[in-house]
Amino acid sequence: MKIQLIKIAHARSGDKGDTANIGVIARQEKHYPLLVRELTAARVKAHLEDMVQGSVERYELPNLGALNFVLHEALGGGGTLSLRIDAQGKTLSTALLAMEIEINDGELE
Amino acid sequence: MIRIANGQGFWGDWLEAPVRLVEDGPLDYLTLDYLAEVTMSILQKQKQADPNLGYARDFPPLIERIAATLRDRHIKVIANAGGVNPIACAKEVRRLAPDLKVAVVLGDDIFDRIDTLPGVSAIRPRILSANAYIGAFPLVEALQTGADIVIAGRCTDTALALAPMIHEFGWQADDYDKLAAGTIAGHIIECGAQCTGGNCQVDWQNIPDLANIGYPIIEAQPDGTFVITKHPGSGGRVNNASVKEQLLYELGDPTRYITPDCIADFTSIRLHNGGINRVRVNGIKGSAPTDTLKVSVSYREGWKATGSLVYSWPEAREKAMFAAAIVMKRLQQLDLQFEDVHYEILGVDACHGPAAKPAQDYPEVQLRIGVRGMDKPAVDRFTRELIPLVLSGPPTATGFGDGRPPVREVVAYHSTLIPREEIVTRVEVIA
Repeated sequence: MKIQLIKIAHARSGDKGDTANIGVIARQEKHYPLLVRELTAARVKAHLEDMVQGSVERYELPNLGALNFVLHEALGGGGTLSLRIDAQGKTLSTALLAMEIEINDGELE
Repeated sequence: MIRIANGQGFWGDWLEAPVRLVEDGPLDYLTLDYLAEVTMSILQKQKQADPNLGYARDFPPLIERIAATLRDRHIKVIANAGGVNPIACAKEVRRLAPDLKVAVVLGDDIFDRIDTLPGVSAIRPRILSANAYIGAFPLVEALQTGADIVIAGRCTDTALALAPMIHEFGWQADDYDKLAAGTIAGHIIECGAQCTGGNCQVDWQNIPDLANIGYPIIEAQPDGTFVITKHPGSGGRVNNASVKEQLLYELGDPTRYITPDCIADFTSIRLHNGGINRVRVNGIKGSAPTDTLKVSVSYREGWKATGSLVYSWPEAREKAMFAAAIVMKRLQQLDLQFEDVHYEILGVDACHGPAAKPAQDYPEVQLRIGVRGMDKPAVDRFTRELIPLVLSGPPTATGFGDGRPPVREVVAYHSTLIPREEIVTRVEVIA
């Protein structure tokens, strides 16, 4: 079945120039392996479509039950150049949490 | 054990926060982080207009307000309030709080040597500021003078909290695990209340008393372990969720968080429940820093303007799209040249883009259109193309009360690395 990522994760996003990052954290540490399995860099890039012009890198932090995504060319030029309302990518966190992921019966137990 | 707090996550943060930190509970060091990258260029412009300015002007009046408490409770202050003019900042602090000893850290400002930097020739005439990010050890030297107030310019945000740990515990330049621990502690508190329940997504409706949110305090131990907490009785919440969110904020490769003092490994962090509103942190590993320092160069990059109109139901989104198309057509007819033109519809998908869930018929939306370019008259001409649509475009436009949008100068940033030995810092005590 499909669930929305926000059910099992929370997140925070930020900026460095035209690069944004999204830290995605499992609400319960036992669900971290689901994040590792479902949230590939390619799927994250596909979900955000043209908001991210460059590449997406994924880093694992098993100690925090978290993944960190670094999104290049993701802020319309970055900080002071960008014409977007969210020039610093503050709401990219929730944009990603709206993504649907596939889980099997019983995996949320 | 020493207690280190951060009372300002950026210039413009809550004015009461540092006051409450020194008054409402025990504290040894108050840090204040005023400098975002964009701040340096603003300060440079202010200094060019008046050689006595160029620092965080909120800082001297704050010190005047809390001076008696600092003295009575033996609390020291470390702040990067100096901006591009730390001496002027220190003199103003001395004028307003003459009983406090003030030391400044100099040497980060390399505006007078920009011709030696790589990759700046194309932007040379437009450069506003150039600063190297310095680490914690120059701040330690300032603390060793016995100063009550240490004022720096462009230091790393994490250095503000790490410096008192090095100073108090006698950590050495090759104690990499401890330096990494202090760096990560600094990273957790550098954005103020963003680690104590502010901007926290988990159970946000029930986080207590955000109106009186407590700003963060590190209880640091000599062995590099620490607790993140806040004053008892303050609002907010410190737990694994609030601390994890801040740990991941503005993070790149978690195994290589590079500062002038060390490289910290975020995958070594261990969080533990240390009681109510207390998160205990240990296990942190670090390694030797690189032999370069980051330099941030700001320069003028043209002009931009952004304006908006609001449309109401019915067909609010469609009216906004229609209006945007009219503006685009008029800009084209005027043959204006821009580097970037962008419009988005607030209430529909401005924040989330393709990830936003569409609605059937929106109650109201805000059309927001912006342009950026090197030609100031073209940007100025754009600002005249929005309001006419109130009478001449699709129906039910409002929200034009502020008139024409202002034209703002754009400042851009160029980052580079320089050999560490090219930056020589020094400390001056201001009498």
